[in-house]
Amino acid sequence: MKTERLIEALVADHAAHRGGKLAQWRLGAALALGGLASLVLFVIAFGARDDIAAALATWRFDLKVGLVLLALVLAFSLCRALARPTASARAVRLLWPLAAATGAAVALELATTPSGSWAARLVGSNSVVCLTVVPILSFAPLAALLAALRAGAPASPALAGGAAGLAAAATGALLYAFHCADDSPLFVVTWYSLAAIPVIGLGALVGHRLLRW
Amino acid sequence: MADPTDLSALMRRARQGDDEAYRRLLLAVAVWLRTVVRRGLVAAGQGTADGEDVVQETLLAMHLKRETWNEAQPLEPWVRAIARHKLVDHLRRHGFRDHVDIDDYAGSLPAAGQDAATIVDSQKLLAGLPTRQRRIVEEISLQGHRAADVAIRLGMSEGAVRVALHRALKSLAAAYRRDRP
Repeated sequence: MKTERLIEALVADHAAHRGGKLAQWRLGAALALGGLASLVLFVIAFGARDDIAAALATWRFDLKVGLVLLALVLAFSLCRALARPTASARAVRLLWPLAAATGAAVALELATTPSGSWAARLVGSNSVVCLTVVPILSFAPLAALLAALRAGAPASPALAGGAAGLAAAATGALLYAFHCADDSPLFVVTWYSLAAIPVIGLGALVGHRLLRW
Repeated sequence: MADPTDLSALMRRARQGDDEAYRRLLLAVAVWLRTVVRRGLVAAGQGTADGEDVVQETLLAMHLKRETWNEAQPLEPWVRAIARHKLVDHLRRHGFRDHVDIDDYAGSLPAAGQDAATIVDSQKLLAGLPTRQRRIVEEISLQGHRAADVAIRLGMSEGAVRVALHRALKSLAAAYRRDRP
């Protein structure tokens, strides 16, 4: 087929589907939908910790939720940026505020607690649960984000998939934070990060295959 | 009044429903792509026989992914990024692994309005499509044919023609990725 005729076909298709504003909201809608599915799963299978009302009043719990929320916001904006063909790997710089915030949270914890308690705070009481439940709660958001990213044109499909994995893990962690009894930044930074790694890896792996265009 | 040769302005007008602007944009990009792709293939030590296929694959990708252009940015870097992606992809499928950077020889995108003087045929584009999809693409690609006319000719509803056309274009893009159209 001649290129000029292909162009006519593209123009005809353009006339039929002009697309539009929906695209901008696709990723956000996917995250909301996937997050909702995980919320339902969370309520049915896990639920909030028993002392949630008391915990909400402590700065450590609020800091934990704040860190995870920051991770979610930054990872989502990274995911959006990486969905474009013009994206460069340097967009990962968007995550710098998260690195700074986690560093500051750890420093604050070390400065305000005796060194003898650090090991116990780091190990916590349910790290294995954290490592399993966060990925489980990440699954639906990851699937939804990857599906929505198929409408994008990521310069690097693996990188975009990895960013979707991080955003999904942050969604899972945000829910899990209300179940988890460990609030020390030492625990959160260590185990939540470790729990995110398989989700990021899965996102990158699936993204590499699924998000080609 | 915006400069009528400004590619970003053409895409913005296309988004607002100006199909003629969209046609002019694609024609201008096709002319530019032909040069870039040819140079890229030569730089990689490949023959230029597949050149028009890469041009068409890039136009197809640009069309299917046009929502990923952010209006706040100029269009040209976006077009270049897609062209680079598609050229690298094509070269990789043909066993070329070195780094390719089209910016070395791409030059500037031409202003719209230049004629696509050369009419070049791609070797293989529609062969892999189901018969009905192929007929729809062939019919609608004759300039001036509208979905409504093609629908009457093929005895389908206009909506069905539009859906089938869109599916056909997506299948073409997928076939290129597998490199066996």
